[in-house]
Amino acid sequence: MLEIKSLRLTLNGKPVIDGLNFEVKEGTIHGLLGVNGTGKTTLANLIMGISYPDEGSIIFEGLDITRYTISERARMGITLAWQEPARFEGLTVGEYLSVSRNLDSTEIDNYLWVVGLPPAEYLNRAVDASLSGGERKRVELASVMAMKPEVAVLDEPDSGIDVVSLPHIMNGIAEMSKRGSAVLLITHSEEAVRVAGELLIMCAGKIVNSGPPREMCQWFKNNCSTCNHVGEPSYEGA
Amino acid sequence: MIVVKEYEAMLEAYGKAGGNLGALRNKEVGNLVIHRNEVLSANEVEGIRIETEKTEAGVNIYFLVEEGAKTKYPVHLCFGVLPKEGLQEIILRVEAQADSEVTVVAHCIFPNAVDVIHRMDADIKIGDNAKFCYQETHYHGEFGRVKVIPKARIRVGKKGVWQSTFTLIEGCVGMLDYDFELFGDEKSVSELLVKAFGKKEDDINIVEKIHLDGKEARGLAKSRLVLSDNAKAVVRGETYGNAPFTRGHVDCLEIVNGEGVIARAIPLVYVNNRQAKVTHEAAIGSIDNKQLQTLMARGLSEGKAVDVIVKGVLR
Repeated sequence: MLEIKSLRLTLNGKPVIDGLNFEVKEGTIHGLLGVNGTGKTTLANLIMGISYPDEGSIIFEGLDITRYTISERARMGITLAWQEPARFEGLTVGEYLSVSRNLDSTEIDNYLWVVGLPPAEYLNRAVDASLSGGERKRVELASVMAMKPEVAVLDEPDSGIDVVSLPHIMNGIAEMSKRGSAVLLITHSEEAVRVAGELLIMCAGKIVNSGPPREMCQWFKNNCSTCNHVGEPSYEGA
Repeated sequence: MIVVKEYEAMLEAYGKAGGNLGALRNKEVGNLVIHRNEVLSANEVEGIRIETEKTEAGVNIYFLVEEGAKTKYPVHLCFGVLPKEGLQEIILRVEAQADSEVTVVAHCIFPNAVDVIHRMDADIKIGDNAKFCYQETHYHGEFGRVKVIPKARIRVGKKGVWQSTFTLIEGCVGMLDYDFELFGDEKSVSELLVKAFGKKEDDINIVEKIHLDGKEARGLAKSRLVLSDNAKAVVRGETYGNAPFTRGHVDCLEIVNGEGVIARAIPLVYVNNRQAKVTHEAAIGSIDNKQLQTLMARGLSEGKAVDVIVKGVLR
């Protein structure tokens, strides 16, 4: 569905994404685990078209979209939930969920319920600083779901989340997958990757291993806790 | 006969501008309609007294909210100049007596203005424990030759509440010289908000001053501006914490969306009491990139995303 081929990006003379290859498969949740600074958010930005690679290609359903704009990719069904979602003064939660397509009130209510936000309480709230970090992330996830994307890239939707909000976030991600979206879930959390069907380990701009989440978590602990290679290529041939 | 024609013309312009015509025709709703210096309609309701006096260039108005009065519906004011040229000077004296509560919705209409001046000079006294909400919305044409000069001095009594919103986002601003100064007594709560959309050669000058004179008084001076083309604006937000436990804030956001735009913000926060606290935040710049990218990642074009962000800021 979405193929990342030999992607490279160099910033300030250092390779941030270094010949990265992987594929996002239809209806699957792919976890992406890696320590800070390994290029996960940069990868998310490249997939969404916020920045462009120096080399390599991004293929979506057979089409090379490497140079497509953000809007063009979104219209094809690719979207991104930011780690720190933007806040919008004057825009209500209901309106925010409807920006991608016209939704009736039942649909909006449904998306809010999935992430554990009672519509009566949240529909007319502004998507501004009055929402807590957890509430904002849940609204972001609901807005991604409302778009019915083919591929959703979720950049650490679980970071900084309280224990009450976390199950709702995880429920939202699982529900999105059930409804047919492929998900690339960037995370630091072992708990979060339990919903994934496959876990990719990223280090120094590369995918260094991939496989079943439980197995990969153990591999990550064994190999990455002592790794000093942040920002440099490592695990060649892993 | 001329008055009837002017009244109908004002109502038509008011309706076209999105005003609530039903409110002006409803006897249960207090209203005052003035075209240039002609009072076309004045409807008092229980607890509201409106006295007017025609002057050469406008109207002197005395607006009284009686003690303890709480109006069922907002009172509607409609001021305007329909011809291309004209001068309108409104001298407004407002007295909201103790324990009263009212919302006043004012519409100022200048749809055909080529050379129009609208001046308002208001002296407003909000009594103890009274609440007064004032919403003024302007509808200007596309010619951008209106000079709007609203000035107000507002005194808010103990535990009194003042909330005002001045909105000028339809048509071209022309020249706006807004100057509101407020004095808050003990435990009063005051908010001044200006929203303006500057286009073409618009020239916007905003002064919001809040003096927190009484213990535990609170105040917010807020402004939201979007500037495009060659519009220029300067916003001066000032808050003075003059008494113990006063809390004030100045909040200015100016979005710059044009090559020839000049935007300035000059916040002033002043405290002369060690237990007072006033803060400010001012942001001037282009559309926030993250907001833009977020909306584009939901499928909106860049232009449409800018519209959504601008409308939100000015809402």
